[in-house]
Amino acid sequence: MSINFDKALGIHEKALSFRAQRAEVLANNITNADTPNYKARDLEFSTVLAAQSDKVQNGSFSLNKTNSRHIEADGVGNTDGSLLYRTPSAPSLDQNTVDAQVESANYAENAVGFQASFTLLNSKFKGLVAAIRGE
Amino acid sequence: MSLANVFNIAGSGMSAQTTRLNTTASNIANAETVSSSMDQTYRARHPVFATVFQQSQNGGGSLFQEQGEAGQGVQVNGIIEDASNLEARYEPNHPSADKNGYVYYPNVNVVEEMADMISASRSFQTNAEIMNTAKTMMQKVLTLGQ
Repeated sequence: MSINFDKALGIHEKALSFRAQRAEVLANNITNADTPNYKARDLEFSTVLAAQSDKVQNGSFSLNKTNSRHIEADGVGNTDGSLLYRTPSAPSLDQNTVDAQVESANYAENAVGFQASFTLLNSKFKGLVAAIRGE
Repeated sequence: MSLANVFNIAGSGMSAQTTRLNTTASNIANAETVSSSMDQTYRARHPVFATVFQQSQNGGGSLFQEQGEAGQGVQVNGIIEDASNLEARYEPNHPSADKNGYVYYPNVNVVEEMADMISASRSFQTNAEIMNTAKTMMQKVLTLGQ
């Protein structure tokens, strides 16, 4: 029996990278709070989670390469459909849909979620180390 | 790595807000700069913000990113001069009065500029905060497995 990192770490690794990605999207929203015509965006957790568990169950959706000059297309399965537009709560004169307070709150919440995912991932590693040492 | 991008995004925001603050400072400083002709009078300046989108030319991995693509920060596309009417005042004793006794004042609205200044400063502050939070998150990742 060997230690399989994919099985040992579970979904926490993916969760951490999702949080990092979402931090980027939200930071971009806040930065564009004064840009005319900018539309606020967000990643939806449930969509990404469903896609990931689908991948775990049915295997990943990837392109078959039969030639070394074929191009990788790994963007397809990852980002498709999960990056959505936010529904604005109030219209604005410059067609910008960013609500700075909402975005800040989401960003803070995302940072806490990142910490939580990190703690879980870290405890997985600690468990592995304990198993290897046999203490 | 996407957390590193947060630094670029927040950095671009801070630099754009600095430009905005610069134009505001210029506008307020020149609010009372009179001149004797329409052409030479100072006009209020405003930056035009636009979202930056990643222009990835690196063959693999980004074939289908147009729809699912989030922006990569903000940039200042240019600085426009306000085209609204200048204020002509009848001040025949003014040294720069033209032959009809008029001097021209810039179309700077000082109240508007003050509000703009506060907005720029708050946005700058928020961006700095974002950067700080991203820094904490990255430092946390570095302690993984310890």
